[in-house]
Amino acid sequence: MLIVVLIGFLLSALLLFTGNFFKEKKLSTLLTILPLGILIYLLSFGKKIAQGEVIYLHYEWIPAFDVSLNLRLDGLSFLFGLLISGIGTLVFLYTSSYLKGHHFIDRFYSYLSMFMAAMLGLVLSDNLITIFIFWELTSITSFFLIGFNNESESCRRSALVALGVTGFGGFFLLAAAVLVGASTGTYALSEVLSNPEALQSSNYFSLICIFIALAAFTKSAQFPFHFWLPGAMQAPTPVSTYLHSATMVKAGVYLLFRFYPAFEGADLWHNLLIVFGAITMIYSAYHIIFRIDLKSILAYSTIAALGILVFLIGLGTKMAITAAAVFIVVHALYKASLFLIVGIVDHETGTRDITKLSGLRQKLMPIFIIGIIAAAVSGGIPPTLGFIGKELIYESTFHFSRSVVFLTILAVFTKILLFYAGFVVGVKPFTGSLPTSLHKVHMPDYKMFIPPAIMVSLGLFFGVFPSFIENFISKPVTQISGFTDVEHLKIWHGFSEILVFSMVTILIGTIMYLTLKPNYKLKGFISKLEVISPLQLMNDLNQGFEKISGWWTNLFQNGYLRHYVATCVLFMVTSIGYVVVFNFNLDLADQAFHQLTFHEVAIIVIMLGAVIFTVVTRSRLAAVVAMGIVGFSFSLIFLFYGAPDLAMTQFSVDTLTVILFVLVLYKLPKYLKLTKNVLRLEHGILSLTFGTLISMIILMVLQQPVQKEASEYYGDNAYLLAKGKNVVNVILVDFRGIDTLIEVSVLTVASLGVFGLIKLRIRSRDKK
Amino acid sequence: MQTTILKAASNFLLPVLLLFSIFILLRGHYLPGGGFIGGLIASSAFVLDAFANGLVYTKSMLRFHPGFLMPLGLTFSFLAAISPFFVGKPLMHALWMKGHIPVIGKLGTPLIFDIGVYLVVIGAALTIIFTISESR
Repeated sequence: MLIVVLIGFLLSALLLFTGNFFKEKKLSTLLTILPLGILIYLLSFGKKIAQGEVIYLHYEWIPAFDVSLNLRLDGLSFLFGLLISGIGTLVFLYTSSYLKGHHFIDRFYSYLSMFMAAMLGLVLSDNLITIFIFWELTSITSFFLIGFNNESESCRRSALVALGVTGFGGFFLLAAAVLVGASTGTYALSEVLSNPEALQSSNYFSLICIFIALAAFTKSAQFPFHFWLPGAMQAPTPVSTYLHSATMVKAGVYLLFRFYPAFEGADLWHNLLIVFGAITMIYSAYHIIFRIDLKSILAYSTIAALGILVFLIGLGTKMAITAAAVFIVVHALYKASLFLIVGIVDHETGTRDITKLSGLRQKLMPIFIIGIIAAAVSGGIPPTLGFIGKELIYESTFHFSRSVVFLTILAVFTKILLFYAGFVVGVKPFTGSLPTSLHKVHMPDYKMFIPPAIMVSLGLFFGVFPSFIENFISKPVTQISGFTDVEHLKIWHGFSEILVFSMVTILIGTIMYLTLKPNYKLKGFISKLEVISPLQLMNDLNQGFEKISGWWTNLFQNGYLRHYVATCVLFMVTSIGYVVVFNFNLDLADQAFHQLTFHEVAIIVIMLGAVIFTVVTRSRLAAVVAMGIVGFSFSLIFLFYGAPDLAMTQFSVDTLTVILFVLVLYKLPKYLKLTKNVLRLEHGILSLTFGTLISMIILMVLQQPVQKEASEYYGDNAYLLAKGKNVVNVILVDFRGIDTLIEVSVLTVASLGVFGLIKLRIRSRDKK
Repeated sequence: MQTTILKAASNFLLPVLLLFSIFILLRGHYLPGGGFIGGLIASSAFVLDAFANGLVYTKSMLRFHPGFLMPLGLTFSFLAAISPFFVGKPLMHALWMKGHIPVIGKLGTPLIFDIGVYLVVIGAALTIIFTISESR
């Protein structure tokens, strides 16, 4: 099982080296074997899953943090795993023709297989932390895939927006995971979910609830986080098909499904999902009317469909959960095929503008047939699987406990617009008369129309024989919700209100399709409203943030070294000054002033003299030498107080520092007085305050009882354990040898830095 | 700054200071001293020579760029740190040779480690000082 998760990453790493080979030999079709293999491998578990078995696999990873690579294959993982690998197979095949001869096709496959691996990891993980890791990996791979055309600025921008929004949600997932771990004591998801009481009695329950919902909302493009998805449509069509309609955006739905047992019955949870799901589906369904670009229409219809899914999980009844599970499959089948059809149209004609496309049936007859079936599945026309899905959705709203009429109207409204969207994309480009500009269009490679054909055939087949898919649908529902059985899937429910709703949907949808023509006027109308859209708000927020951080940075980073030093010192003075001044009680009588010897006083006088000389002198060299005197005096003090090692080090360091200063100063122009007197006064006061403060701290430290455990240990054991008599050196090379090792490494890096910086400057000047 | 007196003195001082730095390095385990101080003394010796005879002379005398001493020293220290692994002991565990060598005293991985520190310090200090003095 682990291989299923890892093989995608392996392939993507392998493509780094073998990419050119695949590219030159045009063998990228071969890569389809990977998802196909995973699909077949997963299907081999089909029988066990159908019997209700759950397969667990345990791999230790970081046991200290309760993070393990626990994999669990149950009904829900199985359903998602089949979708991921199945649609993955078709998309891999499709891509090999869609991006034939593309310069970066190897890179594309590398990202794609990495994404697939991350997605499989996500649905198979049974540990909250690994779920988070895979969750983020899907966001990151999605970022690379959206920005695949990295030369286009809008692509890069969309990729960043998508990463920002989904990454934002990722934070909440991590927060939720940590809270769950803190309140239940385990990160193992199956343990958490098998004992929902522990979670529900937690103080953090509402927070966890909200965080999980937020994570799912950002990933599944729910209002008000939906705006990244239309932007993500800048990616090549296979990506839109795979990530942004069939799998990745469903990760949020998966999460909601997965956590259903934990939150079931909590009002907050149900209300959150119902409200946001409903707003999303209405908001984006209504947006469909105003779109011209085929992919844009599909993007909004995808958001609407995701809204429906969230809404259904929010309803939470047996019917609603079954409806959601069916709709996941239905949506994946029809939306992916519609996307692939748009990809074919785009590939062959070079445009996705619906107002410019018509009459393509004369050239692309097979695609037209696929498009009709896809639209039928999408619109829920019997006898497709879409019809069953739609009936279930209406059943669940109509038989809900409250606001039946309102909820049903919402569902019908959304489904009508989804019907419309399906037909606009799947049928409209093919009807009417063929414009002369499109006369040269020809059929694409079989690799491009086989995948959507397979998908729509499945949509039709499962509609006629729902028993084939019932097991895949019923197991996740029963295992998750604890209901013992699910509604029997069937195409004919008899005459009821539900059938009326279906008929109304199809009727109004057809009327809309026939009367409403997408045009630029409608698009212009919606563009005016963009000012208050969440995307615009986020952009404004970003700009504001940039402005504020620019102002803030300029405030502190003005490029003057003295300014930086002054800022640091001022910060320290204000932050520690308060504590020091109020806790400072020094008994001067205690200080053994009478024990001062002559040489100590002499050193202090020399140091003071040197400091004053440094400040008042007008010669740089003299100032440096005076500073050196201070340093040498210090080493004398170290010597007096029994630290010869320290004294020697201080002495050598000071010698070298003075030399270094002289070397640098030698090249500088004459000492000039550049600063104003006021500033000098300010800095003088600041330095004096800082010095006083440090002295006070040292005096305070001296009054504390000395902790001698460490020094005694080192003193006692230096010879016994480390066979050395010089304790300082023994600490350096033995007891704390690792520190020293790191320090010398840092020293090396620092001097390489100096070398690099200065040599670089010299070289660039030599070039000029 | 090239005076005859300094030149003459530095010709004697360089070897003496270098010997002294090695002496300080070796005695570090028992008496004040060690790789760090030794390295600083050795670098001062070279800097003094550069002052007296000019940087070009000192560099040509060194034959190789002092920067190469840094990776060399790091290798010494690192090998000393990981050598206990080969006898199944944890990182940085000190290994000592049996017996006593005159002048140096006991020979063991801490000494090799300290030699590494010594070399890194010389390399780093000289690289910085030489680079800065070369820049114009």
